[in-house]
Amino acid sequence: MALQSITQVAGRAVLIAGDDIDTDRIIPARYLKCVTFDDLGEALFFDERFTEAGASKGHPLDDPERGAASIIVSGDNFGCGSSREHAPQSIQRAGFEGVIAASFAEIFFGNATALGLVCARLAPADLAALSVLVAADPQLVVNIDVANERVTAGDIGYPAVIGDSARDALVSGHYDPIGELLEGLPEVVKTARALGHEVSARSDAAVGAAS
Amino acid sequence: MQPARSLLDKVWAAHTVRTLRNGQTQLFIDTHLIHEVTSPQAFGMLRDLGLKMLMPERTFATVDHIVPTHTRVEPFEDDLAAEMIAELRLNTAEHDIRFFDLGSGMQGIVHMVGPEQGITQPGTTIACGDSHTSTHGAFGAVAFGIGTSQVRDVLASQTLAMSKPKLRRIEVNGKLAPGVYAKDVILHIIRKLGVKGGIGYAYEYGGDVFDAMSMEERMTVCNMSIEGGARCGYVNPDQTTFDYLEGRPYSPTGAAWAEAVTAWRALASDPACHYDVVVVIRAEDIPPTVTWGINPGQAIAIDENIPSLAGAEPHERASIEEALAHMKLQGGAPIQGTKIDVAFFGSCTNARLSDFIEVARVIEGRRVHPGVQAIAVPGSQLVKLECEKRGIDKVFKAAGFEWRDAGCSMCLAMNPDKLVGDQLCASSSNRNFKGRQGSPTGRTVLMSPVMVAAAAVTGVVSDAREVFGVHEGVSA
Repeated sequence: MALQSITQVAGRAVLIAGDDIDTDRIIPARYLKCVTFDDLGEALFFDERFTEAGASKGHPLDDPERGAASIIVSGDNFGCGSSREHAPQSIQRAGFEGVIAASFAEIFFGNATALGLVCARLAPADLAALSVLVAADPQLVVNIDVANERVTAGDIGYPAVIGDSARDALVSGHYDPIGELLEGLPEVVKTARALGHEVSARSDAAVGAAS
Repeated sequence: MQPARSLLDKVWAAHTVRTLRNGQTQLFIDTHLIHEVTSPQAFGMLRDLGLKMLMPERTFATVDHIVPTHTRVEPFEDDLAAEMIAELRLNTAEHDIRFFDLGSGMQGIVHMVGPEQGITQPGTTIACGDSHTSTHGAFGAVAFGIGTSQVRDVLASQTLAMSKPKLRRIEVNGKLAPGVYAKDVILHIIRKLGVKGGIGYAYEYGGDVFDAMSMEERMTVCNMSIEGGARCGYVNPDQTTFDYLEGRPYSPTGAAWAEAVTAWRALASDPACHYDVVVVIRAEDIPPTVTWGINPGQAIAIDENIPSLAGAEPHERASIEEALAHMKLQGGAPIQGTKIDVAFFGSCTNARLSDFIEVARVIEGRRVHPGVQAIAVPGSQLVKLECEKRGIDKVFKAAGFEWRDAGCSMCLAMNPDKLVGDQLCASSSNRNFKGRQGSPTGRTVLMSPVMVAAAAVTGVVSDAREVFGVHEGVSA
């Protein structure tokens, strides 16, 4: 079940400055009251963007010059806090394909990668330099070269880290692991038995049906 | 002879199904916990893919985030909440999943229910679509939060694609000072190691202080591992663990119990095992700790002053400035004496029986300060029932606390329990993020339950040792 290979993502960028941008900020909990992810794009950074009366606070996401941006540039420990996949879902559904930060919280990173939302880390000094460029030029095209783990902005390039397993998964189109996990079902049942678990006839039948 | 291994090494090896193409491990998950917020989309994905659950008997459900705590009358006033609970009922019925629903008498915050039922056991892998799944590490389980697509993965394959974390041992030796609680220990650890210090690591908590802790205290510590960036944190299983589990509904019985205990004992990290990092902290250095900012690492001792921009490192300035502005606090001023509007005692961090016993002891005969709304929310229906059997509810009500039904309540405010405007809340929960407690401008000060009680009765952030006196040998 390979998906489309993701070797690079590119587009205009939005700078969301600050470290420790948590998932409550990315999507406030009240927007988690839903049984599908369909409409989450509109909730992205809602309380950072709008007052309680609904007026714009002039957040970079609402900068008219940055419409159709596809890359978020932020600080350290992006996506910390809750495990809500609603956070990367919301970012992706708002049209973003990549996030560049100094580091990512682990659950967020895994959730994003499984959706094909590219998370690239830059060294702090490089991130600071990129942030200045992005803030200054709304038209600047930022490119994340996934295969070569490199970020470029205009003609300036920075070494990036996506990590071996995420990079390979994105490039090979296997970032959603479900297909490969299901291929392993016969071995899953063996592991369950080795752990001393009873395996029901229903589970055995499910393995048979999947293989 | 086997090389020395950590508990993490042993559990990881036993649960490894195989290595995936990108180098990750296909890891078997013994126990899967689900709730109404992060599971409906996963069941939807399962349907879209035409898949069935592989091992429905290994998944357990409860409802916690969206349930009102002031009334249990259904349908809920909030249509979205009603839809979410209805969806969970449908999904659990369709897939034959054990569901601790509102009428079961066993409903509660998902991280309360697992331990109470004996579902949480040493040496198991436990996953749940909730970052506070690290709580279950208190039992020597490898337990971590997952996203919704991963909930789907577990439903369909009982496995996850995971990278093995590195291991950091956090050792706290010596004896905690009177009036210092498990919550202070973990807030102090996060303050020292930072909110991202644990990224890529599992935390193993060891040493005198954790050895001496009850299971409930260990759960408080492991619960907040994720706030330090560590997706999982654990304590090696010992007699305290086994004593807690013996006789619980899902615990092994008879001959199987003795066998299980022998196997569990062998899971503890071997003394010579490898740790990537070891951090040693003196118990005597840990003060009653409260947060002043907008992440759990922005914490100080109760008698310390709030950090000021003047004394800040250049790289900290922006975050301190943002935190002070949101919290409407003055850098350099004492945190003690900060006026509170709400006192929230609840959450998967601190809403267990021992927390209620300890707070009842200190508030008996006292009154919540006029103008403060104080709410007490047991973490589970079983805790609530036990409190009521012991008359603890009466102590809370007499003091002026609202006595509520079990749920996540104001920890994340996906239910009617919310801050209003810029109210400041003294909270026994785990996150002080901007907007976390339901109002975008709401303010949260994290602290232990006894410190919440002290703030409730004085109306300001206070040192509980001064308000209630210190009491040797009791902790919560």
